[in-house]
Amino acid sequence: MKISYYPGCTLNTYAKGFDTSARESSVLLGFELKELDKWNCCGATFPLTPDNIMGLLGPTSVLNNARQEGDTLTTLCSVCYNVLKRTNKVINDNTETRNIINDHIDSDYSGDLNVIHYLEVLKDKIGFDKVAAAVKRPLKGIKAGAYYGCALLRPADVGIDNAESPAIFEDFLKALGCTPVDFPNKIECCGAHLAMNNEGIVTKLSGNIISSAKDRGAEIIVSACPLCQYNLEGSQQKMAEDGSLNREIPVLYFTQLLGLALGQDENTLGLENMLCDIRPLLKEKGV
Amino acid sequence: MMIRIGKENLQSEFVKLVERISGEKLANCYQCGNCTGGCPVSYAMDYGPQEIIRLLQLGQEETVKNANSMWICVGCLQCYQRCPKSVSAANILEALRLLTLRKGEDHDNIKDLPFQFLKEAPQQAIICGFRKLVA
Ligand code: SF4
Ligand code: SF4
Repeated sequence: MKISYYPGCTLNTYAKGFDTSARESSVLLGFELKELDKWNCCGATFPLTPDNIMGLLGPTSVLNNARQEGDTLTTLCSVCYNVLKRTNKVINDNTETRNIINDHIDSDYSGDLNVIHYLEVLKDKIGFDKVAAAVKRPLKGIKAGAYYGCALLRPADVGIDNAESPAIFEDFLKALGCTPVDFPNKIECCGAHLAMNNEGIVTKLSGNIISSAKDRGAEIIVSACPLCQYNLEGSQQKMAEDGSLNREIPVLYFTQLLGLALGQDENTLGLENMLCDIRPLLKEKGV
Repeated sequence: MMIRIGKENLQSEFVKLVERISGEKLANCYQCGNCTGGCPVSYAMDYGPQEIIRLLQLGQEETVKNANSMWICVGCLQCYQRCPKSVSAANILEALRLLTLRKGEDHDNIKDLPFQFLKEAPQQAIICGFRKLVA
């Protein structure tokens, strides 16, 4: 099986390990992530106001290119997923907007692509039971907090699970042998783009997420977004500096854990690029 | 706070523009406060999303324009998710941002951005930040 794959800008640079671990894991699970021949940035945020058609041109180009290559497109970054899925919905639902966009980018895209997140590929196309059966190195005893953030869940009509009480991420972690830890702030925002100009808010919001997960016993946090990952790591450093955090915990991409569990070579997962290394914990747990 | 309410501000061009850009009808909001309750950054806003909508319903253009709320909103959509009337305060705050940005006025000066941030941050943070805060 081959599935068209949109990496997005950040997975080619800051979050390389997110990309490489997903590609390799797919091979281990018996399918191929086929990177689109042609793609551009999705815009990194869905334009919220309906009059902002310019903001939909970039993501529509991606969808249009993907449609030439197949009927399904997957992506890893939760923001890319959100932007592409929402844009696809606008094109489906609104003929007038669809025509304006198609005129602008010289295409005739109808909105009939199936945009799914990689977690949905694992759940619905492969099956978490098959993932579990392919695990070579169960991550037994590792207490992991699944951090959903915003873009995987909201708005509810594009979310990959229930917007208030999701479980798909935890089910995925169970398949790898981890012990998922439920924590109150798992669907709260990390501060997102305020990383650019408001460190105080990001440290507070991300700090609350970290504390809420640690209070419930989480030893690692698992993320599906490079910006969340950046904010959750950065805020821990700030908290450690001011003495409000005694021990930093690793924040990993879910595909890095998947790669680990499937027995992928540790050195190809990008673990060394994370600010807080998970490897000592693996040793400690005898994984 | 002393406010003056009259036809001229209740139906001002500004209020109509906010409704047109955001695609939201301000009158749909019945002020339950769920949006502000769910908003993770309302603590840092001059006025929470529910108050911004109330001020707009009352035509208080200057107060809304001078509030930091639109620049603090992270676009997390918790307000919309929790609103029993399906009003998206996020759309309204984005419309308010656009009213500044579309005039070519930046909220953040690119020159002032920390070099460290530009060097280390994920690309999506920079792209998203620029789209939300820079004209
Ligand atoms: S949740 Fe909806 S109805 Fe309630 S105050 Fe906010 S916008 Fe108004
Ligand atoms: S989208 Fe903005 S106003 Fe709405 S809850 Fe999030 S930060 Fe608050």
